[in-house]
Parts: sequence; C-alpha cells; structure tokens
Amino acid sequence: MTPESVHAAEPNQPFLRWSRQREATTFGLWIFLASEMVFFGALMMGYAMHRYLWPDAFEVAGAHTNIWYGSINTAILLTSSATMAVAAWAARDGLRRTVLTGLGLTAALGMAFLVLKGFEYREDFNEDLIPGIVAFPLDPPQTQIFFSYYWMMTGIHAVHLTIGIGAVLTVAWVVAKGRTDWTQSGTLHGLALYWHLIDVIWIFLYPLLYLVGRG
Amino acid sequence: MTDAAIDTTRGAGAPNYLTAGTRVRSWLLSTDHKRIAILYFATITVFFMIGGAAATLMRMELFTPEADVVSADGYNKLFTLHGVIMVFFFLVPAIPTTLGNFILPLAIGARDMAFPRVNLISWYLTLSGGMLALASMLLGGVDTGWTFYTPYSSVYSNSYVTLAALGVFISGFGNIATGVNFIVTVHTQRAPGLGWRRLPLFVWSIYATSIIFVLGTPALAVALLMVVVERLFGLGLLDPARGGDPILFQHVFWFYSHPAVYIMVLPAMGVVTEVITCFARRRVFGYTMMVGAMLAIAVVSFFVWGHHMFVSGQSLYASLIFSFLSFVIAVPSAIKVFNWTATLYGGHITFESPMLYAMGFVGLFTLGGLTGLFLASVPIDVHVHDTYFIVAHFHYIMVGGSVAAFFAGLHFWWPKITGRTYNERMARAAAILMFLGFNFTFFPQFIVGYLGMPRRYHVYLDQFQVWNVASSLGAVILAAAYILPLCYLGWSLIGGHKAGDDPWEATGLEWQTSSPPPEHNFERLPLVTEEAYAYHEKHEHPKERGGGNQDSQGTGHRTRQERSGGRHGPGPHADNPAGGGR
Repeated sequence: MTPESVHAAEPNQPFLRWSRQREATTFGLWIFLASEMVFFGALMMGYAMHRYLWPDAFEVAGAHTNIWYGSINTAILLTSSATMAVAAWAARDGLRRTVLTGLGLTAALGMAFLVLKGFEYREDFNEDLIPGIVAFPLDPPQTQIFFSYYWMMTGIHAVHLTIGIGAVLTVAWVVAKGRTDWTQSGTLHGLALYWHLIDVIWIFLYPLLYLVGRG
Repeated sequence: MTDAAIDTTRGAGAPNYLTAGTRVRSWLLSTDHKRIAILYFATITVFFMIGGAAATLMRMELFTPEADVVSADGYNKLFTLHGVIMVFFFLVPAIPTTLGNFILPLAIGARDMAFPRVNLISWYLTLSGGMLALASMLLGGVDTGWTFYTPYSSVYSNSYVTLAALGVFISGFGNIATGVNFIVTVHTQRAPGLGWRRLPLFVWSIYATSIIFVLGTPALAVALLMVVVERLFGLGLLDPARGGDPILFQHVFWFYSHPAVYIMVLPAMGVVTEVITCFARRRVFGYTMMVGAMLAIAVVSFFVWGHHMFVSGQSLYASLIFSFLSFVIAVPSAIKVFNWTATLYGGHITFESPMLYAMGFVGLFTLGGLTGLFLASVPIDVHVHDTYFIVAHFHYIMVGGSVAAFFAGLHFWWPKITGRTYNERMARAAAILMFLGFNFTFFPQFIVGYLGMPRRYHVYLDQFQVWNVASSLGAVILAAAYILPLCYLGWSLIGGHKAGDDPWEATGLEWQTSSPPPEHNFERLPLVTEEAYAYHEKHEHPKERGGGNQDSQGTGHRTRQERSGGRHGPGPHADNPAGGGR
C-alpha cells in the first residue's frame, strides 16, 4: 500500500482492517487508563496515609470545602458521561447528528464544570484556604495537608478535563468534516473511555474531599 | 559476512526508509518507526556524551584526595547532572526507544507501530523534557542528586530543582506513551502465524519493559509533582512542620525508580538473548522459562522498592519483607543467566563483536546481581549504605549490563539499520576494551566502598587514593572504548561495505527484509511457520516447518535456506494479512 492510495475510507496506517484498528484504539486506551490509575492511585494512597495519621485535622478541614459546588459538579459530570455514551453508541450506527449533539453537550457540560470549579477556587482563595500562607485559617496545622491534597487532586483532575474537552471538540470537528470513517474507527469509543475515566476519578474525589468532613 | 544476494529486493527504485525523503521536515515529522528510532538514537547519544563528560570531570576530581578541580558545590551539581541525564535521558529510553522502536515492528512482521503519530509525539516529549533538564543544568545546575530527596529538594536547595523535575516529569509521559504503543503493537500487529509462543525474546523483553513504563512512570510523576508544588505553591505534603512526610517522597519515588532499573535491564536481557542464540547457532534454552522470568521480574520489581530505604527509618518488619522480596527477584534473573549459559552449551560459538559485548553483559550482570544480593540483606546494606559499594553495584548493572547490551544490540543490528558493515576488528577491540576498562573503573569501587568511602563527596581520606587512582585510570580506558565505536560506526556510513539482508545468518523476521528496510518494512508481509531461534535444525519438527525454498539466495547455510521462503519474491506489498506472499 502506498501512501497515495490511502483515502478516507481506509483504516489508518498500519492497520489493514477497521476491526483491528477499533480493537487497538480501545485496547490502547485501556492500557493508558491503567497508567492513569497509578497516577491518581499514588495521590489517594498518600491521602489515605495522612488521613490515618491526622484524622481530626482531616475532619476539620473536610468541613471547609463547599459541598454545593462539589455536588452540583458531580451531577454535571455524571450527565456529561451520559451524553458521551450516547455519542459513542450513536457513532456505531452512523447517526451523525446525534453524535455531534452528544459531543457538543459533553463539551458544554465539561466547560460548565470548569466554570463552577473556578468559582469554587475563587471562594477558597477568598477564605485563605491556601497551604503555605502565614494566615492559614484552620487549626491544627495538618489541615494544610488536607488542602494540599484538595488543590493537587482537583487541579490535576481539571487538567485532565481540559484535555478531555479539547479532545471532544477535536473529534467533533473530525466527525463534522468527515475526515475519517468515524463509524468504523473506534475513535468515539476511545474518547468515551477517557471521558469516563475523568468521571470515575471525580466519583472518588467527591467523597474524599467533600463528604469526609461531614460525617 | 556479506554475501552476493544483496540487491534483489531493491529493484524498480523502491526507496528504503533512509532515501524515502531527504528534507529535514521528512525526518522531524516522520511517523516511520525506523526514522523515529534514528531521532531517538541521535538524542540519547548527545545525552550520553553530556552525562559522560560530567563523569569524566568527577573522575578527574577524585584522582587526588584534595579538592582541586571543582568545589564541593560544583561536585554536587556534577553528580546530579550525571545521574539525571544518564538515568532519565539515556538508560531508561536507550534500548526501548532506539533498538526497540526500530526492530520490534520488524521482528513481529508489522508495517509500523500501532500508533505511529503517538510514537512521534513520544519523541518530542522526551526531547523537550531533556531540554528542560539540560536548561536547568546550564542555568546553574541542580545539587540534589538524581533522587531529588526531600526535604532538601523541596525546602532547602537553592538550585533549579523545579525545572529539572519538570523535565523528567514531561519525558515520563513520553515513556508512558511508548509503553502503551509497544503493548498494543505486540497485541495487534503480529504477522500471521506469529503466536505468542513464537515471539522472539527481544519482543517479550520490550513487552515486559512496557508494563513497567505504563504502571511505574506515573508514580515518578506524582513524586516529582509533590516536590514541584511544594517549591512553587507551598503545598505541604512533604513538609514535616505541617504534618507532611518527607519519607512519603522516597516511597513514591522508589516505587518507580526501582522498577526503572528493570526498565534498563530487561531490554538488555532481550538483546543479549538474540545475540547469544545467533552466535552460538542454538535455539534458546528454556524459552518458556525465559518469558516467565521476564514477566516475573516485571511484576516483582514493583514490590522491592523498600530495599532503598533500609536506613530511612521504615519499620523493621517492612525491611524484612522487602529484603525477602529482593532475594526473590534474584531468582528469575539467575534463571536467565543459567539459560544463556545452557544455550551456549554444544553451540557453534563464534566471537563476533556483538557476541563479545553480550558475553561481557552476562559476566558483568552476574557480578552486579550477586552484589545486589549482598545489598538485599539488611545488615550488609546498613553497613555499606551510601558508600562506593552501592555505586559500584548499580554501575555493574546499568553500565556493565545495560550499556554493554545496548552496544551488543547496536553492533548486531547496525547492518540492518544502516545497510552497511563496520570494521569488525575495531569493533572487537572496542568490545574487549570496554570490558577491561569497565572492570578497571568500577571493581576498585567495590573495595573502596567496603573500606568505608562514602559516595557523593569530592574529597576523601588519603588511604583511599590508590583505589580512586585505579578507578580514574580505568575511566580513561572506558572513555576510549566509548569513543571508538563513534569513529568506526560513523566511518561505516561513508565507507562501509553493503551489508546484505542477513549478514549474521540470523533467524528473526527483521532479517528477512532488505537492509536498510523499505519504508513499509516488508515487500510482502511475512508468514511465520516456525518458532523463534530455529538455528539448530535437528531439534525442529519437520511437520511444523512450512514454506519452500523457491527463491533462496543460496548462502550454503542450511538454516538460512529453510527460512528464506517467500522472502524475495516480486509482487506488490501484501495488503492481505492472511496472504503472506505465498
């Protein structure tokens, strides 16, 4: 096969059949997700260790996250996973408009999450809930550890979400322009796997950061 | 070793991967795994020379007990530079991203990696990470050592820790992407007939390494991120004043960095297996055990990290368990050494340069591994912790092992990669020189370490001088042995003879295509009809052997004739994976 003979209806190099490309895309994504699990797993392990060492501080600090923002964002992200799933399965049946609508909603919900998160961050800033500053409002000092995890975990999650929104918009563009045979390529399912990971991680972060101090 | 059958596959002006495009753009934006391997090769060679230069300065300083070349601070920055560059930007990527990238798709009869564009992005990530780390060194250096231990790195150090850590962090994502790519490639791109039990052990070794890339590297990312966010934003996970824990960094760091040793040595084991079977003309002894040993190493390597922390104040019981597990991981390593030895038994052994390097690997790896057993036992480790004994031990594994195997693989596959042969006599001289120079450099460090000389100091007691002088002189020999290949391998590109498709008469699918390979690797996708390492005909089962000899080029070697079916046939590049050209 020479490069000249490749056109949109054929799988990407080096694949010879669409089924193989689909299989490889989703399999590759699963492997990548395993890697992501270690990334967040290391942080959650650290969280578990520090919470075991300083249970009281974690209880005090955990009550100072804003459960309204957290809960509304949880609902938003879960809904976005539903719209993502609709897009992924509609792609298999070639329903172009449904796919584009699903992807559009997913990206919009993702952005809504980030906007709300931004408001929440502003509030945290105003309350001086920033580890390392002299006038940290909470006692004992180990409450700063909780908020170190809060900023790191939600920050990294937001970075993942930003990348995810970019990926969703890119795929939407590919579908709209018909750049590849998206009904065959498995791109949508790969994208959905990544999006659901962002969602699943949040499902763990929500109780760790918002519910723990409110027992 | 060249033969007459060179140019048969290069008819009708089909360009090979080197001549397929000459513009800079065609290299920097190439998604061809072979070109990306060359890009990586150029990158890590530069990093190797930078890291080597730092080592040279250190050995100059250590020639005398007094400080005469660099200050204490300068010395700290030198060994940090040496460690960071050599570990993260040379040893870890060395074999997987160069030889692995180039050979693995060929060895499984694939047209490319599963995700060619991701492969290119990985190189850019590695390169930009390396540039950041290098920038931190040029701006003024880092003085923490390559391990970035806290709280020194997070609180006290006034050097460019953040930049260096971010560099390592970014290149880590390149490694993860490379690992994902290898795993998916091996799963989805194997040629028809190439079942898992027929995979060459080099492919298995890269596969096992990829598992560590994927599951280990994120831990390093988190460890470095904890340091970076504490330095930049004041988060306190590692700060004891606020209830944070500096030891947490060590745990997370070594959760990656011990498996990283096996990232360096597993591919080396794969290379050495290919070389030893070829130059002993023998099927590998205990194929199943070899595969099992590599996978076992990949898994168990995740559970031994605590042996770096015997003196860090971890629980005694934890130390006991980590000690036990560190002994356990020696078992699969020993199995591999025994199997290589048994492969040699009864073979028709010849000592071409790749074989010399590979033999050097087996010896040095064994010595490094045995001293590793000393260090796995808590009392001895407590005694020699942070002495030159440790330095000598891991250099035996990383330099005597990995680097020697890298050179073995480089010499073995050089004719395939470049299509040229190098000066074999020079190559043998370099291989022997490297073995001698290496031992001359590092064996004295075992002794001086056991006598009590601590690592990471630029001055030392007078009584250690004789060993340090020996070590520094050995380093001169070692440096010469590293510069020599640059000369004759470089010259081979201009003045080397054409190599032929299979100069070593080796088995393995990569030898069935032309040298250098065409852009899409094979004129026809190969069909695999037998196991790897079918060097020794009497062990083969005739009923399993497929294929004819229709267009064998007749080198007179039985094995080669048996395997050459369908190799040079005319016809279009096979689009049909089931066709295989027959």
